[in-house]
Amino acid sequence: MHEITLTVNGVVRQARVPARRLLSDCLRHDLGLTGTHVGCEHGVCGCCTILLDGEPVRSCLTFAVTVDGREITTVEGLAGPDGALSPVQRAFAECHGLQCGFCTPGFLCTATALLRENPAPTEEEVLEGISGNLCRCTGYQNIVKSVHRAAELIAEEP
Amino acid sequence: MKPPPFDYHAPRDLGSALSALAEAGTDGKVLAGGQSLIPMLNMRLAAPGHLIDINRLAGLDTVTAGPDGVRVGALARHSRVERSAEVAAAQPLLRQALRQVAHPVIRNRGTVVGSLVHADPAAELPAVLALLGGSVRLARAGERERDVAAGEFFTGPLESAAEPGDLAVSAFFPASPPRSGTAFRELARRHGDYALAGVAAVVSLGEAGEVVRARVACIGVGAVPIVVDVTSAGRPGDWAAAARAVQDRVEPEDDIHATAGYRRHLVGVLAERALGEAAREAADA
Repeated sequence: MHEITLTVNGVVRQARVPARRLLSDCLRHDLGLTGTHVGCEHGVCGCCTILLDGEPVRSCLTFAVTVDGREITTVEGLAGPDGALSPVQRAFAECHGLQCGFCTPGFLCTATALLRENPAPTEEEVLEGISGNLCRCTGYQNIVKSVHRAAELIAEEP
Repeated sequence: MKPPPFDYHAPRDLGSALSALAEAGTDGKVLAGGQSLIPMLNMRLAAPGHLIDINRLAGLDTVTAGPDGVRVGALARHSRVERSAEVAAAQPLLRQALRQVAHPVIRNRGTVVGSLVHADPAAELPAVLALLGGSVRLARAGERERDVAAGEFFTGPLESAAEPGDLAVSAFFPASPPRSGTAFRELARRHGDYALAGVAAVVSLGEAGEVVRARVACIGVGAVPIVVDVTSAGRPGDWAAAARAVQDRVEPEDDIHATAGYRRHLVGVLAERALGEAAREAADA
């Protein structure tokens, strides 16, 4: 077993995990943060996408021990401290960018990082940016709309 | 599914990494980005007894680009190499190929050298290394580092010249001569999937616009990237004969995704397009 320390959504958390513990399982089982969803566990579906030091990565393709000491943001950390939804979350709600919600945590984390790097993406850049996330409900049209709307909301922020 | 149990080693310097690898022998595996290894562990296709995690080693995340080419360290992530303007200036084929490697989120974690050592015959980067005549630098406990040429590095599907105990510390992608152009074309069922077939091309033109050198490397149509020299068949603006020569050289197989015949057809179409694109780029260079 390995003692690890992660800063998750700004809070320092400790866990005792076997080396084979996937980061996705560490977040869900050891730290009780079940917002990160686990779909395929081989990097295809994108549901488990989290931000590692601000960069989106697959938590199911990362061992918790490897990222000992690093900073992680999960979907639970996207809203403000008062619980106010982030612009990306508001845009998804406004544009009906989700139905069952299973894939949503991955899309929200991916889109948050995408817009941080590229605040005004083209249609093609949005499609490329979310190409690693699968959704079985929406047909993607409203997700693409949501990302563009989120870009507008971020631009309007003071 | 979950990975099978393993002993975890997290060395902080190259020497301890190499001795951990030497001790683990055939039961050891290097963990860098993990974007190919961890899916294999999760699906229980691999069950190494020891994982040597090199993510804490300092000095392996370097990327240096110069007039002679690009050297990429073992911990340089795909995304970093893809975004580097210096790399794109020194060898544009790297960015062209990296944009087709999986998805952006996977590229944030996966490493260039890891892709080479994984040696998937449908992967983009082994073809780039083979086409450019690059090399992989291997380190081993108690021995001098050695460079293995791409031609000898890829030995079979998922097999490379990196033996148990070896750590690939960097790879070198040579620059192309002046008046050269490059292109990478592939076709996948879904964006980001491994390609059914793909072709990397590099074309060099002479002063009068004549073809001085034209080569392609094909993926998904053999046990290793298949490099074909089509200089003699190449005419600027007409690559049909070259494409036929490429089709004759590949060794595609049937699988659930495509027949061998379809793959051979694809390689011809992709080779013609990639060579044409590379030649146009060379003419503009």
